[in-house]
Amino acid sequence: MSQFFTLSVIVSVVASGIRLATPYLLASLGETIGQRSGVLNLGVDGTMVLAAFAAYYTALKLDNLWLAVFVAFLVGLLIGVIYALITVSLHAAQGISGIGIFLFGLGFSDLLFQVWVGTPLPIPSKLPPLGIPGLSSIPQLGDALFRHNLMTYGAFLLVPVVIFLLQKTTFGMNVRAVGENPQAADSLGVSVERTRVVAILLGSSAAGLAGAALVLQGGIFQANLTNGLGFIAVAIVYFGAWRPLGAMAGSLLYGVVNAIVLQLKAQGTIPRSASDLAAMAPAVITILALVFLAGRVKAPAALTKPFTRH
Amino acid sequence: MSTMDQPDIAKSDAGSPGSGSTVPVMLEMKGITKRFPGVLANSGVDLDVREGEVHTLLGENGAGKSTLMKILFGLYRPDEGEVLYRGEKLVITSPSEAIDAGIGMVHQHFMLVPTLTVAENVALGLKSSRGVLTDLAAVSKRITEISEAHGLHVDPAVEVWRLSVGERQRVEIIKALYRNAKLLVLDEPTAVLTPQEVDDLFVILRRMTAEGRGLIFISHKLHEVMALSDRITVLRNGRVTGQTVPAETSREQLAEMMVGRAVKLTPDRPPVDAGVPRLVIRDLRVSGDRGTGAVEGVDLDVCGGEIVGIAGVSGNGQRELAEAVAGLRPTQAGSHIMLNDTDIARCDTRTRRDLGLGYVSEERMTDGAIAEFSVRENLILVDHGAEKFTKRGLLNFKAIREQSEALVKRFAVKTPSIDTPAASLSGGNIQKVILARELSAEPTVMVVAQPTRGVDIGSAEYIHSQLIAQRGVGTATLLIPEDLDEVIGLSDRIAVMFEGKVVAVIPSEEAERDKIGLLMAGVFDDESDEPAEVVAEP
Repeated sequence: MSQFFTLSVIVSVVASGIRLATPYLLASLGETIGQRSGVLNLGVDGTMVLAAFAAYYTALKLDNLWLAVFVAFLVGLLIGVIYALITVSLHAAQGISGIGIFLFGLGFSDLLFQVWVGTPLPIPSKLPPLGIPGLSSIPQLGDALFRHNLMTYGAFLLVPVVIFLLQKTTFGMNVRAVGENPQAADSLGVSVERTRVVAILLGSSAAGLAGAALVLQGGIFQANLTNGLGFIAVAIVYFGAWRPLGAMAGSLLYGVVNAIVLQLKAQGTIPRSASDLAAMAPAVITILALVFLAGRVKAPAALTKPFTRH
Repeated sequence: MSTMDQPDIAKSDAGSPGSGSTVPVMLEMKGITKRFPGVLANSGVDLDVREGEVHTLLGENGAGKSTLMKILFGLYRPDEGEVLYRGEKLVITSPSEAIDAGIGMVHQHFMLVPTLTVAENVALGLKSSRGVLTDLAAVSKRITEISEAHGLHVDPAVEVWRLSVGERQRVEIIKALYRNAKLLVLDEPTAVLTPQEVDDLFVILRRMTAEGRGLIFISHKLHEVMALSDRITVLRNGRVTGQTVPAETSREQLAEMMVGRAVKLTPDRPPVDAGVPRLVIRDLRVSGDRGTGAVEGVDLDVCGGEIVGIAGVSGNGQRELAEAVAGLRPTQAGSHIMLNDTDIARCDTRTRRDLGLGYVSEERMTDGAIAEFSVRENLILVDHGAEKFTKRGLLNFKAIREQSEALVKRFAVKTPSIDTPAASLSGGNIQKVILARELSAEPTVMVVAQPTRGVDIGSAEYIHSQLIAQRGVGTATLLIPEDLDEVIGLSDRIAVMFEGKVVAVIPSEEAERDKIGLLMAGVFDDESDEPAEVVAEP
């Protein structure tokens, strides 16, 4: 254990924790918007893995990272359109529809991977870290906080953007209203459907970006790349009490816990045979956090409830 | 009243009773007919509203009031008939178009978002002066102007969930005024208010009519209808059964128009000698849903052959009191509920029932009955395990049938058969099923919460007569009623609850509406400054 608490190890754990938090943060910020509008999307994981494949394939073939990010965004958007159609326009139950999206993304991404790629090849170049001039040269702190890739910076910059969107814009007010009392919003001429559709599209596109961040940081694709990461992002939304700052705190927690587990494995502090146990840490944290939070925070009142006029 | 500055366009109703036919008509609904499969919801309904008047729409549940209003707000399209607004044909397809036309609605179940502030609730759906950004500062400023002009005091910056029910209603009215509603529909606006809040509301409404706004007042509380209305239109089974003015009618006549037969509004209460105390509550403390104290040290006795009614604004602990006695809500340590001399404060509901407790829940469809179950199943829901209905773990369908048929007959439950799901019965008939089940167990103590809420007058009359009959055979009844009329009409003694305490117990012959209303609002004169001594005798 002693070798864990050296300054350089701590700096590297914090740095990789922040990097690993990026996909969680993008996905949970998007899911926060969706859930605030009253729509639970359990398909985040499937959206992420399909978008991750799209980004991977684009990067593999064209070696253009920003095009890869854009393609992943489009895949997220497209799945959002499908999900919005199913749950908002057709009033399907959200829980099972999301699971359908998840299974579709999981299976379809694997199929495309088998058919188009077959053997896993790393992409020619991963997202490069970018030091922020000045700040990145601060000893230790600079390496931990200011030497990240653009998607990581972007994800964290999205936090204030989403707060502003929800609290200061008319759209955000509509989102909060339709997630709590859609009948009231509807009676005042706010289109519940349009508001929820836009919220779903934002959330699903963010899940697409999360998939891109995951694969472009890691550099390689495999079947079920996300391995439940998208479900944890949904849990983070509850954990974060449906607030962007809460989502950020939850994402950082997961990122850092993952980083610690990886570090301990790499050092051999925990035996390989126990590494599966260590990998359970995020799940255990989630359950503990949800038990602790149960009853303390209130979900949007209309969450998971399809809206119909009567 | 507004002066005559427009040509007289009120000729269409020149023959109707009432004054002021020179006042311009704002709204005319002519010959409205709306059919649903198997139901004629509106049949040739005429309704007109003049500037500056309160036009009451009176009728039972299912009489067609809400269908008519949904047509006005564009949620339904009429099969026949037309709607004219200021003489022009009005075509509305959604509530927001109604708002644009100057027609607003204050819903019975408030259309507010509790997690949003007052200003956000008002701004919702409106175009912002700052484009995509909200303009809450400007909205708040106008809310303050409106609230000062109309006596609707409320803080724009506070979240709605923090507001009292009366304040929430003010927000609803402000929402309509902010949107410049000239014609306002108020759907059962007094259902949740204290008598004093009702008085305040009526002053506010009168101020609005004085500005020339027209109001449609939907209510079934006859004394309020008599007090506030300029004109009254009564609906029954989708048809207009009468149009009148308060000066030319009476509560009894209005009830008859609503029901189609003479109705006894105040039940006869023959004198009954009070028996021994059967329900004795001492220092009852109960937590509410938010964990804070809802009932804070209540002492109360109910004797055999006595109905004790609880008067109070909803949310002052009545519900929790009833649930604690029924066993649905845990009591805090030190509380005592003596049922026929046994302390049941810690007993499960089965034990309480075996000791003679009956319970009619406020939540008819969630606590009182299982909606998907048939009438027959609901009727034996409590006793299905008893020997007469179950032998060796198997239900005895023959005995259950016989019992159900007998109860349906005895309690005059209108149902196609005993196998009909409870959910497809009317509120009044579901309530009769519940009452039949509870009374068939011959309880010695009954807790009856909101027995006639949402129940038609005919069924309410019947339910009242059953409660009175039960009193005649010596049952002790704790009643948490729908409104003051019910509490005064049925109770031998009235216990007033305020903030979790019983602040006074008044024999019904001394009950005065105004005095009770003040106590309900927490205004105590010197004499009743502290909770009155609770004594066993009525």
